[in-house]
Amino acid sequence: MSEKVLMKGNEAIAEAAIIAGCRHYFGYPITPQTEIAAYMAKRMPKIGGTFLQAESEIAAINMVYGVSAAGKRVMTSSSSPGVALKSEGLSYLAGADLPALVVNVQRGGPGLGGIQPSQSDYFQATRGGGHGDFHMIVLAPASVQEMAEFTVKGFELADQYRMTAMILADGTMGQMMEPVSLDLAVSPMPEKPWATTGTRMKRPHNIVNSLYLVPEVLERSNFERYERYRTIEEREAMYEEYRMEDAEICIAAFGIAARVSKNAINEARAEGIRVGMIRPKTLWPFPSAPFRAAADRVKAMISVELSMGQMIEDVRLATECRVPVSLCNRVGGMIPEPEQILAAIREAAKTGGNKQ
Amino acid sequence: MSTMQFLFSGFGGQGILFAGKFMVYKGMLEGKQVSWLPSYGPEMRGGTASCSVIVGDEPVGSPIVTRPDVLVAMNLPSFDRYEPAVVPGGTVFLDSTLISRKPARSDVTVYEIPATKLASDNGIPTLANMIIVGKILHVLGQFDEGDVEAALKKVISAKHADMMEANLRALRLGTQA
Repeated sequence: MSEKVLMKGNEAIAEAAIIAGCRHYFGYPITPQTEIAAYMAKRMPKIGGTFLQAESEIAAINMVYGVSAAGKRVMTSSSSPGVALKSEGLSYLAGADLPALVVNVQRGGPGLGGIQPSQSDYFQATRGGGHGDFHMIVLAPASVQEMAEFTVKGFELADQYRMTAMILADGTMGQMMEPVSLDLAVSPMPEKPWATTGTRMKRPHNIVNSLYLVPEVLERSNFERYERYRTIEEREAMYEEYRMEDAEICIAAFGIAARVSKNAINEARAEGIRVGMIRPKTLWPFPSAPFRAAADRVKAMISVELSMGQMIEDVRLATECRVPVSLCNRVGGMIPEPEQILAAIREAAKTGGNKQ
Repeated sequence: MSTMQFLFSGFGGQGILFAGKFMVYKGMLEGKQVSWLPSYGPEMRGGTASCSVIVGDEPVGSPIVTRPDVLVAMNLPSFDRYEPAVVPGGTVFLDSTLISRKPARSDVTVYEIPATKLASDNGIPTLANMIIVGKILHVLGQFDEGDVEAALKKVISAKHADMMEANLRALRLGTQA
């Protein structure tokens, strides 16, 4: 086992990106993710990479488009309002089938909101993140170790499926320090025969574009993209089950909400309540199968979120409304305390559902 | 010790985050499960700073400390805010140079350390934080010169290596405070 180092989640993302072979970073500072840019500013010049503080978030995402078209691993990062600004670029990346890694260290909204942690960009991230029909692969780390691992995974998935992978973290994950092993396995970057790397007069021009004026052609490109999405939904959903073996109540939570939920689950277990958790590690594709399977075993589900209830819709879709799903939440930069979740668990244990 | 939750609090600039980092590095070097979470909100932009530190044998669930076993308060606003949060039977370390009021709780153990005065009397005015850390380690029975030095090496960057000795001195002072 390699030596562990203490790092902030944001720094772990930056270092993992470098380990994954990313040599191009474009960003614009915003709390609570600025350490990513600061780390890149320090490291990139020393390893022959590019760090560029763009004039805006929109400029940064379009620089990502350019580097990606040239076949290189590239990333940008921001926080909620900044990611909203990038939505045009996210759609163009999708339309041009370009791989990229985008990090959103979420803060409370809407509007400029605040700078404290939030998970209220769930819809924005999982429903595409821009205009037109598209998806991003959305990874939801719940530890500094996962911040690092999912960054590598994100680059790999992005290249494999030619699309954007997003790390959907929050202010707590970005700011906290935990021991992390940076002994990360990186698979070699696939060939990118579509990249605009110069023809050397030996092949036809590659064209990277998202404009299709003939509707039949545009329709076909959408259909083909969604074929690819179907493969991803079948293969790439990731989740963790925690104490679900005999659970009669199931918590659904990701990221920091899952961390706090673990405390509450352990306290409830000590009271004799059989509760467990399914923690999605990918939010798109959503791990529907384990939720669907759990729906036949548990009498109630509780979605714990730092939002007004966004993931709860996917839980209800996955479980086909076979069990009652309640919401336990705080918003605006507030984080539920274990006691609040424990109270929701007790309530569900008392009243939840009508299953035997 | 199974799991110990620390809350360090004080003014920005008192080394609150640094003290927390030291505790976390020390725990990590001893093979414990650890986490460190700073306040990064408006309060840190000129006001109270705090950080949550968890050191234990079990994997850390929530990194947010809302009911500290050990509270370090280095100014009055922090003491006022967090004193009620300490678990019954918990321990409070306060800087009595800057906090003149007596504790309101009687179900916690309170150590009043004139850390800021001790620091300035000993020519290390910026290290009141580490004097308190020294006291904590002494009280917890965890002060070991070798461990402490190893953790300091991790938390003090190469650029500030000349601060090693002063930090060690502050920690030792704390054990006698």
